Amino acid sequence: MSMSSETIVLPPSVSTRSAASRLGDLPMIPIIILAVIAFMAIFADVLAPHNPEVGALTARFKPPFWQTGGTMDHILGTDQLGRDVLSRLIFGARVSMVVGFTAVIFAGVVGTVLGILAGYLGGWADQVIMRITDAWLALPALTFAIFLAAIVGPSMWNIVIILGLVYWTRYARVVRGEVLSLKEREFVRLAIVAGCSKATIMRRHILPNVVNSAIVLATLMLGVVIVTEASLSFLGVGVPPPKPAWGLMLSDGKQGLMVGYWWLTVLPGCCIMLMVLSANLLGDWLRVKLDPQLRQL
Amino acid sequence: MPVLEAAGLTKHFQARRGLFSGSRGVVRAVDDISFSIESGRTLGVVGESGCGKTTTAKLVLGLEEPTGGSIRFEGRDLQELDPAGRRHYRKSVQAVFQDPFASLSPRMRISDIIAEPLVTNETVTSGEVRRRVLELLDLVGLPERSADLFPHEFSGGQRQRIAIARALALSPKLVVLDEPVSALDVSIRAQILNLLRDLQDRLGLSYLFIAHDLAAVAHMSHTIVVMYLGKIVEVGDAQTLARAPKHPYTAALFSAALPSHPDERREEILLAGEVPSPLNPPSGCRFHPRCPQVMPVCGQQEPALAQVGDRFVACHLYDQARH
Amino acid sequence: MAATPNRPLLEIDNLSTHYVSAQGTRVVRAVDDVSLRISAGETLGIVGESGSGKSTLALSILRVLPPAAQIVSGQMWFENEDLVRKTDTEMRHVRGKRIAMILQDPMASLNPLFTIGNQVGEPIRVHEGTRRAAAWRRACDLLKAVRIPSPETRVTQFPHEMSGGMRQRIVGAIGIACEPRLLIADEPTTSLDLTIQAQYLSLLRDLQREHGLALIFITHNLGIVAKMCDQLVVMYAGRVVESGPVSRIFNAPAHPYTKALLNSIPRMTDNRNRLTAIEGQPPDLSSLPRGCSFAARCPAAFDRCHKETPPEFNLEGGRTARCWLASVAMQSGAA
Repeated sequence: MSMSSETIVLPPSVSTRSAASRLGDLPMIPIIILAVIAFMAIFADVLAPHNPEVGALTARFKPPFWQTGGTMDHILGTDQLGRDVLSRLIFGARVSMVVGFTAVIFAGVVGTVLGILAGYLGGWADQVIMRITDAWLALPALTFAIFLAAIVGPSMWNIVIILGLVYWTRYARVVRGEVLSLKEREFVRLAIVAGCSKATIMRRHILPNVVNSAIVLATLMLGVVIVTEASLSFLGVGVPPPKPAWGLMLSDGKQGLMVGYWWLTVLPGCCIMLMVLSANLLGDWLRVKLDPQLRQL
Repeated sequence: MPVLEAAGLTKHFQARRGLFSGSRGVVRAVDDISFSIESGRTLGVVGESGCGKTTTAKLVLGLEEPTGGSIRFEGRDLQELDPAGRRHYRKSVQAVFQDPFASLSPRMRISDIIAEPLVTNETVTSGEVRRRVLELLDLVGLPERSADLFPHEFSGGQRQRIAIARALALSPKLVVLDEPVSALDVSIRAQILNLLRDLQDRLGLSYLFIAHDLAAVAHMSHTIVVMYLGKIVEVGDAQTLARAPKHPYTAALFSAALPSHPDERREEILLAGEVPSPLNPPSGCRFHPRCPQVMPVCGQQEPALAQVGDRFVACHLYDQARH
Repeated sequence: MAATPNRPLLEIDNLSTHYVSAQGTRVVRAVDDVSLRISAGETLGIVGESGSGKSTLALSILRVLPPAAQIVSGQMWFENEDLVRKTDTEMRHVRGKRIAMILQDPMASLNPLFTIGNQVGEPIRVHEGTRRAAAWRRACDLLKAVRIPSPETRVTQFPHEMSGGMRQRIVGAIGIACEPRLLIADEPTTSLDLTIQAQYLSLLRDLQREHGLALIFITHNLGIVAKMCDQLVVMYAGRVVESGPVSRIFNAPAHPYTKALLNSIPRMTDNRNRLTAIEGQPPDLSSLPRGCSFAARCPAAFDRCHKETPPEFNLEGGRTARCWLASVAMQSGAA
């Protein structure tokens, strides 16, 4: 009993086609690098040839196998305590991954929620949240992190919380800006007319539309967070030894650099660089891919 | 009996005048207007940007709180309603907006979009919701499988049908139509206007129809309200008002409307200048600086909206006729 | 430049402009085999819905197409020169000087950082090498010509200090700055209020009369055509479906699409009659159906319409129509 006799032609499942074409040009290199690091982190127990935290003092400062004095037993050599560098790098990936991802997610959740609240509620809620954000942003991130680490003491999960507390403000800023334009959209006004509560509107209409931006930002933040974690470990207020973190390895190896033990610093440095670079490349790609779509919504 | 009556409705906005001066001005977006919408009828509102028609729609929808005056719905003043009454009002008044691309949440399925008012306001089982969604889709002439798609898979006209289906989900009494076809292609507009008319006949809906396309308003409306700078200048039956405007502004506005045929030659009244800022409206009759028939009294005394023949006009030209 | 008598100012023959996607897999025939002509002092309306190719046609005339679009065939004779074969440098001397264009959004058309005088004078400086001071004086005259009060103070102001209607008139002043022969207006009044639109349209008409301009109106609004134009070209899915003198087409449209379009517009004086709607949606330009592209929505379509694309039939009175029915009418009329 249709009111109008016309034939309505709907496009045949456009979504699948456009989704496939949208993801057609994945940046393969960063994805492969991140996948390898993630693989190492997950299967560290199986992959690592030695225990990363126990070394043999008889086998200190062994170079990688291709240099004279190197053995196939320690492919990438050993450190000042005779621990296997390859094993430490593999387990270090786990620390970097866990710290990086959880800190980024923690910061993202806090920042997005506060950003939505500030942007949508406006008024005093906006004032309070944004003034805190401004004050927060005015503090130098690393100094602030060191200060927090000094208070709560070093542990891996403390580092996660510290990094989350340091970096949530960036999400809050971006998300609030997005929400300010979203809340003027007609679908939000119609939701008010339909009788939706503020909480419902924020959850059902605002949140799904800012998630894209938050994800893009998270990918870009991953690099920043990993570098900060490495810096904290390097400065001795990060993940406590003997846990193998890349930043910590860098810090431990620095005395050896002058006397030719280059592998102790260059190898973890390369790992950090590759991971940060991949995360940033992926973030850039996502930003380009998701942004135009966001604007035309 | 009118579904909705507005009496002396007023909305002023505070505006900061300069960046550094603390002085504030008042934008008189809607200034002391009264109108009523009869059951099953369409009230058209026309006017140019800044005339207050969109603010009026927001006031009716409860998106803005009036500064003064009252809105009565089914005879009861909105200010005096208890929470249950307010909920009833919310459910009875729905809206369709101009931009079908902005009015549907891009990340929700059509079924969720249409069902949202229903789910929010009533306790219904998911089976009932689904049935109602399909019923509404059928009502606006969309196939059932639309329910599981996302908004970007539809064209502008189809999206506007979805927006209409959603507005009808709670079986409202009054639907505010704010430029419902102006974002659509010419060949699609007639489809939507016809659909709105059919729905009105079938469901006994009342419409508050706002558009800048005068012909569409004249076509859709029973009564037309002409607004200028927050004031009503003329109210009357749609057909007679469109054929023989009485207020000089209405006359100029309708003469500026584009003809539907090249042989249709109308008297062309070109107004000088542009609409003044509502921040600082002219004294007396707000139209007097641009009025081709201005008299000395117009700058001093504000004309009241009074009956002239078959309609109401706010103009000193008709002072004589009244006495 | 002595134009041959009777030769129109602009004559477009079988022009096709296609958009090709990055992978080269999707070809959109935005403008497909379009022919039209316009003489000096004439006003031509190009009417179509979004996606009908009318804006691409305008961009093709000025050769300012986006990188993905390409003129694939046809000729555009403007004052006896083929614009299609001109080099980019040669085209630069045509744009803004001999053919000018007015765009829809007056705010986006003006640079917020430069004064009005600077922007109105710019085409004169660029094309005629006029000195700054002289160009400034010309800008004053031009603002006067587009009826902007106290032009001497306005030239020193910035776009944000103007109202919407005034900005649109300034865009018009820039358009006529170099006294072009042809002015293309792409939806010039859609963002304006009714009374401001009326002012602007009467201004354009006066400018046309004074300067002997040829004017092309690109619009979706048949009302503008009824009010302003002598000749009309109706586009649908990239093709010209009907063309001819405006009053003849309005009185007796030859193509069912034109007829349906005219019937679907609400009229000020009708008594709430049901509108005759055109059912369905315009087709997807990248996968056009076989035959006539309007056939699926056409109330008068028959077998042949779905199988063969109708050519452009020349009808009496300088009209054309791309419809098999028009050919039938023509033959029966001749018999």
